[in-house]
Amino acid sequence: MSVTISPKRLRSEFVRKVKELSGQNLQSCYQCGMCSGNCPAASNMDLSPRQIIELARLGFEEEIVNSKTVWICASCLACTVNCPRGFDLSKVMEAIRLLTLRENVDHIRPEDISPQERCELPQIAMVSGLRKFTG
Amino acid sequence: MKTKARNLEEPAVASMEVLGLKLEEIPRWNCCGAVYSLADDDLIHQVAPVRNLIRVKEQGKDKLATLCAFCFNTLKRANLLMRENAEKRDTINNFMDEEINYSGEVKVVHILEVLRDEIGWEALTQKVKLPLRELKVAPYYGCTLLRPREVAIDSVENPTILREFLKALGASPVDFPESTRCCGSYQIISNPDDISEYARNILNSALKHGAEALVLTCPLCDYNLGQGQKELAKKHNGFKGMPLFYFTQLLALALGLDPQVCHFELNYGSPESLLREKNLLS
Amino acid sequence: MSVKEENKNPAETAVKEKKQIEAKLIPIYIMGKRYEVPEGLTIMKAMEYAGYKFIRGCGCRGGTCGACGTVYRKPGDYKLQVALACQKTVEPDMYMAQIPFFPANRAQYKFADLTSAPEEVFKLYPELFRCVACNACTKACPQGIEVMDAIAALKQGNIAEAARLSFDCIQCGLCTSRCFGELAQYHMFQLARRIYGAKILPRAEHLAEMVRTINEGRYDQILDELKHVKEDELKKLYQEREAEPMPSGEDWKPKDTRYL
Repeated sequence: MSVTISPKRLRSEFVRKVKELSGQNLQSCYQCGMCSGNCPAASNMDLSPRQIIELARLGFEEEIVNSKTVWICASCLACTVNCPRGFDLSKVMEAIRLLTLRENVDHIRPEDISPQERCELPQIAMVSGLRKFTG
Repeated sequence: MKTKARNLEEPAVASMEVLGLKLEEIPRWNCCGAVYSLADDDLIHQVAPVRNLIRVKEQGKDKLATLCAFCFNTLKRANLLMRENAEKRDTINNFMDEEINYSGEVKVVHILEVLRDEIGWEALTQKVKLPLRELKVAPYYGCTLLRPREVAIDSVENPTILREFLKALGASPVDFPESTRCCGSYQIISNPDDISEYARNILNSALKHGAEALVLTCPLCDYNLGQGQKELAKKHNGFKGMPLFYFTQLLALALGLDPQVCHFELNYGSPESLLREKNLLS
Repeated sequence: MSVKEENKNPAETAVKEKKQIEAKLIPIYIMGKRYEVPEGLTIMKAMEYAGYKFIRGCGCRGGTCGACGTVYRKPGDYKLQVALACQKTVEPDMYMAQIPFFPANRAQYKFADLTSAPEEVFKLYPELFRCVACNACTKACPQGIEVMDAIAALKQGNIAEAARLSFDCIQCGLCTSRCFGELAQYHMFQLARRIYGAKILPRAEHLAEMVRTINEGRYDQILDELKHVKEDELKKLYQEREAEPMPSGEDWKPKDTRYL
């Protein structure tokens, strides 16, 4: 598979927005993979956390947006506390989620949660889930 | 806390009173939002936790003790933001023009910290009337008490606070490697199958290391691990789950309080039978 | 000193008098367009003076129906203010628009099937959990209700408190129009009040007892008797009826104790 890395991608609006929303210096990652190793959800992800960073800083917007990785992330911060460079990957995950949510495209709708679950779930589950998955 | 997590709050209030500390509920509190917003430019989601901190300040108090680990994390991180970032602090204060100004005057702590730092394990042991002997409990921290580093109440890699807590109560803590692994949190609303998988990993590991029960600090962990167990039992015939306790229930029990205040009927995994087995419940 | 000046020019006098009782005109801006209206009028009357005919956004004209929610600003102030057009008097340079209707989500339910559990509200209005406590709703309420606090009560599962706090709600919808989380606060509150009134508020037992007594026929005989009494006799009975004296002690009993 061949990909083109170009200045156009690197300077794209997508990269700029991810940097701005996360407040992180994407260049500081040296791809060690500690994040992927510590991530409890990594086995269910199509793109690993490490791959997300690499693709993000190279401007591969489509691949990232089409992957389910950021929507499986539980913001547990295992990646953040274990990163040897002090990089906060949880913020990059949030930034990528927000780029979709702020376009008024929700990941789930409250109606999709069954009425029974709405009764049984602790309120914090509803609050946190709706915050992460709806705009 | 008033509905589904009564079994976390009520034993806490009762226990703290016995230990000489009265927990006062903040008036006019609102939901803190449960998760801390991770976006750099997002200030509206900081308003909810900051409002609660302002309520504490309005009462003339300077310390907020939380029971739920999820809320602890959000409140503490929001507090740090208000203390450290002058520009955001000003913007948020200006936005909340109907409230007094706030710049981080309140300290946010978790009840476990209060037990460790203000009461002390030895003093706690002295008040124990019913040592939880032979109860092999695995401490489960989850994420929010220990991550990120700036809010952690203990060592991030090797926490011991729950172990010390359990020992103070006379129980036998069982350490296991998954004790800080995420339960899946809010993914329960969109990916419940993943939650079952995480529950299986955590519970199997605890079981393998000899635990008979798990002790928790967060109602969402309780739901995920509890509901996860139910789903797993349905799918895999041989799956063996275990009872889940809140740390406040064990505290109240060990202090000799009436078990009614613990509301064990709300727990997953029928803890009463385990407690009766150990002669800790009549 | 002359006795009374003869009114030489009645028409001129009438015009002068009319000018004296004419109110001062002040400028207001209705949806961006400037009008001069007499001060002292309510917004609603001022709009009608300016030529607007209300076929929506007007109801009881008494501050109770919630149809005439109005949003306005004053010059030099960025803050939005709210009022009911039928209640609020116009102020100079008021810059306003009306919100006679706002599309708010109203859940469909069969009330008889609901229990008194707070989970009923979570089930019907899951968007309740999108509230971020921004307080825009409270600022938008013309009735001074603490909307954010009432929503917080609902989230906490306290239907009684939500019902109490939202008692003055007139369903104007201004809260929903400003809500960050797109909640329909007033519909949620109405559900809370309905559940509270029908399923939580304790029943007056003495009332139920009385209804039972009546249905068992205790008063059938006397009612029957009275039905057959002639009009004159009825009037006499009424005028000569025994009334409980004011004040009377607990031991007081009427002369006719048949129906106690």
